[in-house]
Amino acid sequence: MHNFTNKEILNWDAFLHVKAKESKDLRLQKFYNTGTYHDETKLSDIDFVALDFETTGLDSQQNSIISIGLVPFNLQRIFCRKAKSWYINPQDNLKEDSIIIHGITHSDLEDAPDLRRILERLLDELAGKVVVVHYRRIERDFFDRNLRALINEGIVFPVVDTMQIEADIQRTHSQGIINWLKGRRSESIRLANSRLRYSLPTYQPHDALTDAIATAELLQAQIRHHFSPDTAIKKLWL
Amino acid sequence: MEVELLEIQDFISQYAPFDQLPAEALLEVTRSVEISYYRADSRIIDFGDKIHDLYMIRSGVVEIYRRNGDLYNRLDQGKLFGQMGLLTRNKVRFPAKAVKDTLLYCIPEFIFNDLCERYEDFADFVEAEDSTRLKQAVESKSDDANALTTSKVKTLLTREPLMLANSSSIQSVAQIMAEENISAALITDPDVDDQQGNSFVGIITEHDLCAKVIASGLSVDNPVSEVMSTELISLDHNAYIFEAMLIMLRYNVHHLPILKNKQPIGLIEVSDIIRYESQNSLLFVSSIFQQQSTEDLVLLSTQLKDCFVRMVNEDANSHMVGRAISEIGRSFKQRLLELAEEKFGPPPVPYCFLALGSMARDEQLIVTDQDNAFILDNSYEVSQHGEYFEKLASFVCDGLAACGYSYCTGDIMATNPEYRKTQSQWEDCFADWIDNPNPQALLNSSIFFDLTGVYGRVKWAEQLNGFILRRARKNNRFLACLARNALNRKPPLGFFKDFVMENDGRHNNSINLKRRGTAPLADLIRVHALAIGSQSQNSFDRLEDIIEAGILPKSKGADLQHAMELISLVRLRHQALDIESEIEPDNNIEPENMSDFERRNLKDAFLVLSNAQNFLKYRYSANKL
Repeated sequence: MHNFTNKEILNWDAFLHVKAKESKDLRLQKFYNTGTYHDETKLSDIDFVALDFETTGLDSQQNSIISIGLVPFNLQRIFCRKAKSWYINPQDNLKEDSIIIHGITHSDLEDAPDLRRILERLLDELAGKVVVVHYRRIERDFFDRNLRALINEGIVFPVVDTMQIEADIQRTHSQGIINWLKGRRSESIRLANSRLRYSLPTYQPHDALTDAIATAELLQAQIRHHFSPDTAIKKLWL
Repeated sequence: MEVELLEIQDFISQYAPFDQLPAEALLEVTRSVEISYYRADSRIIDFGDKIHDLYMIRSGVVEIYRRNGDLYNRLDQGKLFGQMGLLTRNKVRFPAKAVKDTLLYCIPEFIFNDLCERYEDFADFVEAEDSTRLKQAVESKSDDANALTTSKVKTLLTREPLMLANSSSIQSVAQIMAEENISAALITDPDVDDQQGNSFVGIITEHDLCAKVIASGLSVDNPVSEVMSTELISLDHNAYIFEAMLIMLRYNVHHLPILKNKQPIGLIEVSDIIRYESQNSLLFVSSIFQQQSTEDLVLLSTQLKDCFVRMVNEDANSHMVGRAISEIGRSFKQRLLELAEEKFGPPPVPYCFLALGSMARDEQLIVTDQDNAFILDNSYEVSQHGEYFEKLASFVCDGLAACGYSYCTGDIMATNPEYRKTQSQWEDCFADWIDNPNPQALLNSSIFFDLTGVYGRVKWAEQLNGFILRRARKNNRFLACLARNALNRKPPLGFFKDFVMENDGRHNNSINLKRRGTAPLADLIRVHALAIGSQSQNSFDRLEDIIEAGILPKSKGADLQHAMELISLVRLRHQALDIESEIEPDNNIEPENMSDFERRNLKDAFLVLSNAQNFLKYRYSANKL
């Protein structure tokens, strides 16, 4: 199991229903059974949920999720009222340097549940929606690995990656000899830098919920600038 | 699990009216927010759409339009829109468009309604839109105050104190006092040198020299330390003038050293306090009538600026200042006419001397020109009496010019034979203006529709006013013409936003508060006043009449009062500042010299003016004939 590419999975909805049959965990079965959109569905008809994890490190084999933020949204609105966030008790020992990055302390995590305790609520928030992340390797890989370690079963679902969208746009902007001559180089596609190009405000980084909201805003802006409400979801999800 | 939307809460809490909300209400607002992104040049809400959110701009720029497509307002970070729609049955009244990429916080209707219900400040802010803020701004300024109780002694100081050593001879001290033309000096002891370097040990006054030296035959070669007063009564420079007066009375002293950080920085006398009080406008008026020549009046007129500054600093409202300065102006005219009649003999036929424009409206400030005219008795004959009135006019107008009331650039002065008319000629003249209005003629003559008699048969001015009112009131074509003229001068909306200046260019970086503010306000108020036949001349009084007549939409009259007051206040405050920093005062204001407070409120005031002009256009349009 592994890194699916867009070409491997041609029909996410059908794929999720296959996964539902294979899954042994009731929570995951329920999640997969909800299915997802037909791949020709217009962006304007889709309910998204922006998801962000803060982790103890960058290696999904070694490190764990320590906080989760999510916020549901659609093309028009981001619904803060429905935003959720959790601290997660990590399976590895919290490393000193990640404390500094995230501003999360041991005492924040002392009473925090482990991922299993909130899994059902988390999956309820994601089920049936299209998950949006900035840099899918973090959210997709950590979710899969951490779950695998806890319940011996991974997870996979379609995501829209705002960083990938930004990378593709930057590539078309800087491709070709003319752009090369004009000195157009790819610009940074990190979340904060990407947001600046759409005149989105600067936020304090490293809070999972703030980053989730920032990602949702970025996708709204990217669609307004580069796509249309009628674009099919298959163009964006991976 | 508490969801913390830190970024959103921090942002919202910085801006009015949310900055006044208690923490739990703020939390509720934050949690209810929906976020929406709009690309530059995309429409946010259209006229007539249903609206169910209050919009707050998180970043970007939004333009609000009138129904006819005119720009109404330009908003940036932290500003709100949509409140009018929420308050008027959920129909969008002012369409909005993003002019830059814009991120909006949408606050749902139920939260908005709940906040309006629970928090009066919030309701006031959103319901009254710009006008309530304006009202509060005006009212916060106008604590009535008495000069002596609010002004500090340091404002009386004009020079450093004369400090002399205690070993100086009495004679040398007296000589220096005579040379410097002062009545007291402070004495220091060079040997005393405490930590603060404070060597001030005594005071010597004219009275000491008289009582202790001359009367007792003491040698003037003795050191001054033998006769100085060492019982030192002094006052800190931050004390109020009334405290100085109380101390002088209690200790029966006529001189009071003023200290700053224990060091003497000046000396005040009883006469300083009396002189200070005498700048009071009432005393000023009475002293005008005591002057015996034009030259004396000119000398006195140099104190007018101080009188003005003092009134402004005492937080007088613009109505009070305008009234006082106009009264002083009228008094100058009256005294000059008295002097002229003494010089040229009694008038051959009765006359009334008229003041026109701002003086007639009791709205004169410090930078003003003279506008005046004669009403002459119907028996007036140019061949017989013309020369007398020409001399009278020249005497008065030249005198006024010498006193700082510059000649009228439009030549609307009694020296112009055009404006020396008999009672019936004036009536014919006004009848013609009113019955056959043409905008150009009215442009030059609208100033005549504010007139008051200042000298002679002042009743004639009232009669002429009555004639004008009866004639003008029913004449829609005349009112439409006057209304059209009143729209010539537009408020400088958009002036306060840098990006507006970028787009429009050509701002010369200052605005004329008279031309762009108080004058167009007075113009439009005059149209309404004539339409309802108001006898008042002053714009505030006229507004009272207009409100009573009920011709304005609800609360718009009060908005106009506050706008007039605010623009006038800023105008006179800046003139006072100019005078204090010894710059020639004018009506211009540079945005960089404005406080944020003034800037914000001026903008609101100009919005009120702009709205009122639109209403005027609609109400007195010529096609309603």
